[in-house]
Amino acid sequence: MLLIPCPWCGARAQTEFGYGGDASVGRPPDPQQLSREAWLDYVYLRDNPRGPHLEWWYHAAGCRRWFRVRRDTLTHEVLVSAPPGEAIEDGSP
Amino acid sequence: MVAGYRRVWRSRIVLYIFRLFCAAGVRVRYSVFSLARNALGYHRGWSRAWRSPEPRPRYDVIIIGGGGHGLATAYYLAKNHGITNVAVVEKGWLGGGNTGRNTTIVRSNYMLEANAHFYEHSLKLWEGLSQDLNFNVMFSQRGVINLAHSDPQLDAFNRRGNAMRLNGIDAVLLSREDVARRVPLLDCSPTARFPIMGGLLQPRGGVARHDAVAWGFARAADAHGVDIIQNCEVTGIRREGARVVGVETTRGVIGAGKIGIVVAGNSSRLAAMADVRLPIESHVLQAMVTEPLKPVLDTVVTSGATHLYISQTDKGEILMGGDLDGYNSYAQRGNLPLIEHVVAGAVSLFPFLSRLRMMRTWGGVMDMTMDGSPIIGKLPVEGLYMNGGWCYGGFKATPGSGWVFADTIAHDRPHPLNESFTLERFNTGYLLDEKGAGATPGAH
Ligand SMILES: Cc1cc2nc3c(=O)[nH]c(=O)nc-3n(C[C@H](O)[C@H](O)[C@H](O)COP(=O)(O)OP(=O)(O)OC[C@H]3O[C@@H](n4cnc5c(N)ncnc54)[C@H](O)[C@@H]3O)c2cc1C
Ligand SMILES: [Zn+2]
Repeated sequence: MLLIPCPWCGARAQTEFGYGGDASVGRPPDPQQLSREAWLDYVYLRDNPRGPHLEWWYHAAGCRRWFRVRRDTLTHEVLVSAPPGEAIEDGSP
Repeated sequence: MVAGYRRVWRSRIVLYIFRLFCAAGVRVRYSVFSLARNALGYHRGWSRAWRSPEPRPRYDVIIIGGGGHGLATAYYLAKNHGITNVAVVEKGWLGGGNTGRNTTIVRSNYMLEANAHFYEHSLKLWEGLSQDLNFNVMFSQRGVINLAHSDPQLDAFNRRGNAMRLNGIDAVLLSREDVARRVPLLDCSPTARFPIMGGLLQPRGGVARHDAVAWGFARAADAHGVDIIQNCEVTGIRREGARVVGVETTRGVIGAGKIGIVVAGNSSRLAAMADVRLPIESHVLQAMVTEPLKPVLDTVVTSGATHLYISQTDKGEILMGGDLDGYNSYAQRGNLPLIEHVVAGAVSLFPFLSRLRMMRTWGGVMDMTMDGSPIIGKLPVEGLYMNGGWCYGGFKATPGSGWVFADTIAHDRPHPLNESFTLERFNTGYLLDEKGAGATPGAH
């Protein structure tokens, strides 16, 4: 069982959460101006790292808020979590 | 009288030729005769099924990944295209990846045109595979039944079944009574938590012995001169200009004219070595077996609603698999919540299971694509090809995938059966989303 640290509720069992995927993918600021390659990149292509991965989690059976977690995909170790918009350890938005 | 003499002579000649082969140390064909002969020697005389050579400095083709797909590719490169200066480079042991971890369901019950033709070609190859490889892959066509738990689901099965039949694939729509007759231990009562409304049966579907598939292809490829190099991890892909020229490995640099990446859950990592990004996420999928029982389930049963597929192995264990754990993972192990979910579904459908003990659980790393269909074709680097993105369903594709991928590598263009499985489809929009789940890899 993974323990997911909700920034508001603390560490809770993984079964309380939904998973939202890669959080390093940012929604393009101006979708109307996007080239096909940029769409391809945004919608489909992923780094899919074996190691630390920044990802969205959703506290479905709790405070029902979205937040980001950095988790190691090889060891499943949860490294750090942060609310949306707030800096996560290395300063990425 | 005369016919009798002829028969005696024929069998004597066969025996003589057989002895000559054995004396010359030629690879023994597996047969009832070689079994009997080796039984006399207390089975100490069997030779190794394949060599373990040192890597040569250069090969025409290097296949990265010694799972079923990589080994099948090497075999068909040699057999169908006469390309035998080939190495299969495997970081661990043969079949130690998903090939040896899957629930071994083989079927071709797809609706979309490209999928239907490809998987049906693969199923046809399965039907002759043991003879072709001279290795018993224990392919057992015991049928695969998809359970319908609602009327709309049965309608959808009717549609898929008709699509299959139009493509020349066997499909039978089952009523609740048909299902109850075929699967007596399934709870088909009106009070069942997941009521059984009917099902879709593919009679030619079934299961095969996963290890035997890896070993059979390895032995047959080796017999054609393919070098199988285990305990050799690829750590880099060398390029000169726009072309690949070789691989860096834990056992040194090996030159190559062409390179095929066939590494399932590690596809993104290998592609990244050539600066290619893929529409793939790696996820963990688990499976489990109970203690062995007498025969109780002689077909494969799947239920989309409870996320369960279940069959009984030749050893008697009840083999179950379910959904992904649900988050990106390269760990070949999962977590208990998913196991509980699978078991809960299994027990609700087959109440007798509740009294059994669980023997083992394990996990494999799935290469989940953004549309749920595989990628078999050229990558945007000259001489570099990939075969991956099999999601949870690549075991059944093993022979067909090797067949078309070998053809793609040999001719540097896709075979008609994998023309739709290109990487470019994500750019052009010609996706193959069988389930209509959209660009959410964990949902396929
Ligand atoms: C629990 C589970 C249940 C499944 N059930 C089914 C099913 O019922 N039916 C079905 O059709 N499919 C099923 N699948 C999917 C199926 O197992 C796979 O799609 C298929 O076996 C993939 O074969 P492969 O040869 O591509 O991959 P693998 O067998 O994983 O082979 C890839 C190989 O590449 C090697 N490798 C990786 N990186 C490197 C490197 N850097 N250098 C050298 N070698 C490397 C790995 O060690 C591995 O041996 C299931 C999978 C799992 C995990
Ligand atoms: Zn919370």
